[in-house]
Amino acid sequence: MDMKKTYKIEVDCAACAQKMEDATKKVQGIKDATVAFMTQKMRVEFEDDADAESVMKDVAKACKKVESDCEIFL
Amino acid sequence: MTKKQKKVLTRIIITTLLLVIIQFLPKNNIYIEFAMYMIPYIIIGYDILKKAFLGIIHGQIFDENFLMAIATVGAIGLGDYREGSAVMLFYQIGELFQSYAVGKSRKNITELMDIRPDYANIEENGEIVQVDPDDIEVDTVIIVKPGEKVPIDGIVIDGKTTLNTSALTGESLPREVKEGDEVISGCVNISGLIRIKTTKEFGESTVSKILDLVENSSMKKSKSENFITRFARYYTPAVCGGALVLAIIPPVVNIIMGNVAMWMMWLERALTTLVISCPCALVISIPLSFFGGIGGASSKGVLVKGSNYLEMLAETKYVVCDKTGTLTKGVFEVTDIHAENGFDEKELLKYAAYAESYSTHPISKSLKDAYGENIDSGKVDDVREISGHGVSAKVEGKNVYAGNVKLMNKYGIRYSNPDKTGTEVHVAVDGKYAGYILISDVIKPNAKEAIAGLKQSGVEHVVMLTGDAKNVADSVGKQLGIDIVKSELLPSDKVSEVEKLMDEKGEKEKLAFVGDGINDAPVLSRADIGIAMGAMGSDAAIEAADIVLMDDDPAKISLAMKISRKTLSIVHQNIVFALGVKFLFLLLSALGLANMWWAIFADVGVMIIAVLNATRALRCK
Repeated sequence: MDMKKTYKIEVDCAACAQKMEDATKKVQGIKDATVAFMTQKMRVEFEDDADAESVMKDVAKACKKVESDCEIFL
Repeated sequence: MTKKQKKVLTRIIITTLLLVIIQFLPKNNIYIEFAMYMIPYIIIGYDILKKAFLGIIHGQIFDENFLMAIATVGAIGLGDYREGSAVMLFYQIGELFQSYAVGKSRKNITELMDIRPDYANIEENGEIVQVDPDDIEVDTVIIVKPGEKVPIDGIVIDGKTTLNTSALTGESLPREVKEGDEVISGCVNISGLIRIKTTKEFGESTVSKILDLVENSSMKKSKSENFITRFARYYTPAVCGGALVLAIIPPVVNIIMGNVAMWMMWLERALTTLVISCPCALVISIPLSFFGGIGGASSKGVLVKGSNYLEMLAETKYVVCDKTGTLTKGVFEVTDIHAENGFDEKELLKYAAYAESYSTHPISKSLKDAYGENIDSGKVDDVREISGHGVSAKVEGKNVYAGNVKLMNKYGIRYSNPDKTGTEVHVAVDGKYAGYILISDVIKPNAKEAIAGLKQSGVEHVVMLTGDAKNVADSVGKQLGIDIVKSELLPSDKVSEVEKLMDEKGEKEKLAFVGDGINDAPVLSRADIGIAMGAMGSDAAIEAADIVLMDDDPAKISLAMKISRKTLSIVHQNIVFALGVKFLFLLLSALGLANMWWAIFADVGVMIIAVLNATRALRCK
């Protein structure tokens, strides 16, 4: 099944966006993730059995850790 | 400016003022001087210091914040209070400029693509109400007033008007629509009020699909972007290591050699290298260039699905085109009339059109179109189709034969051979040869320049594939200046032809296939880059292709190529310029020839120049 979602984000620099991307990819339940700094969007692909909502909470936490003033609008 | 940016600007202004004031205050005590400089330093740098600190705690050392924190704290530790605060100030100015420039070009690009309709009008109890287009179901009647955007795809059921499609196609010529015509969302209604019966939901409409495509285009990252990301990952730690070596090794060597160690001097040089080496110029300007290129292209009606495709397009050496619908219009028109034996052209056309008037064949339609007058069916009688040959009919009492050479041979009529290619319709009236009419697929007006444009922009081989007969294909190929023409191909042959070319070409050379999106989805996906044209409203083509040309003008192919080349050259300029300047200044600072002020230029100045250069990608003619 195709479990892809796009979220609006707020991040200040391209390098920070890259950090968020790397951090998101490591979260349990995430198959793949791309963060586009230019359009301020994050596209994530979930593992088949993942619960999008709880996974995204972990993603937000992981991103905050690497980039303190980023925002993901869930 | 956003709130965040305004806040930073206020901090920058306050800090600048404070630093200026401090210059005029008496500084007789080093502790007082330190305290005075600390006020602006903390005002301008507290968030950087905090981020650097949090970064270290979370194992994210070696980012820009870390570089800046170390460099400025180090400078202050060495007693260079002024330099320390100034570096932080300029760093923030640079960051503000960058975020402003990026925000601005993001806005520009989204404005170019400002085709999202905000509402749809429906009629309720005789009154027009505005509703969210998302709430409209299929088969609802919506009303579009002059000046409004068509929100949802549908069919006009009432009224007629002209539509401006330029936001979708980049084409300025307005389009006339009337009852029964299909309209595509995203067009702007210019003149009259129309009622549209929707055929799709908003989410499935052209406008939503296009917006989705453009907004997601930066998700597919190019090689250059990935290169910079990987580069930055190793670069910053390497630079920090280098700075450490620079701070320790020379003094140690000095001690061993029995000279003065000069710890302070080498530490200062090491800190300068840290400021210089900040990678932001690269990290920001490259995605910005690609985004600008994609945005600029979409304003011209060329939708690129990802920066990687824009990058590949610049490396394209092979362009394979489909003929019908891509280089030719795909509609048959009378292209030549040759009358003989005392008949004139108008007469010839009239007999042919009348004789073929009962046929539903496309050829009959092109004859009627060329004749241009109404056919009086009372004048035609006794029509007989002779399968594989043509027709015979009585037109105004005369026996007319109209068909191919086989028909002429059958009745023993001598005919002339046309010197051009196309489908031939020979006409004989009462047993006398009257001449022939040539009907062929018409080459698009811009096709020739398009092919020439491709070659100019570095494409080495242009190949045309078609299912048409060899003589027709060769003649089209010759007229357009195409190197290789492969004719009489079945759809599956097209895939294998493309595969053959893919094997032949070099690793670095890319192959683009251009088709009209009808029946060529397999080829579109097989080629390195699939370009679909005339895709306005064709979902299948938008899905299958990597680059979508909204209208069917072949000149857009070379335009897309030009944009991609320009973008790529900007990207390369920025990489070479930023790295070049940085390495030069690193060398100078290691030799002690560049101080902290030079370092600030090498960081902030380079970044500003690179960002300004990147915004050029948006504007391409």
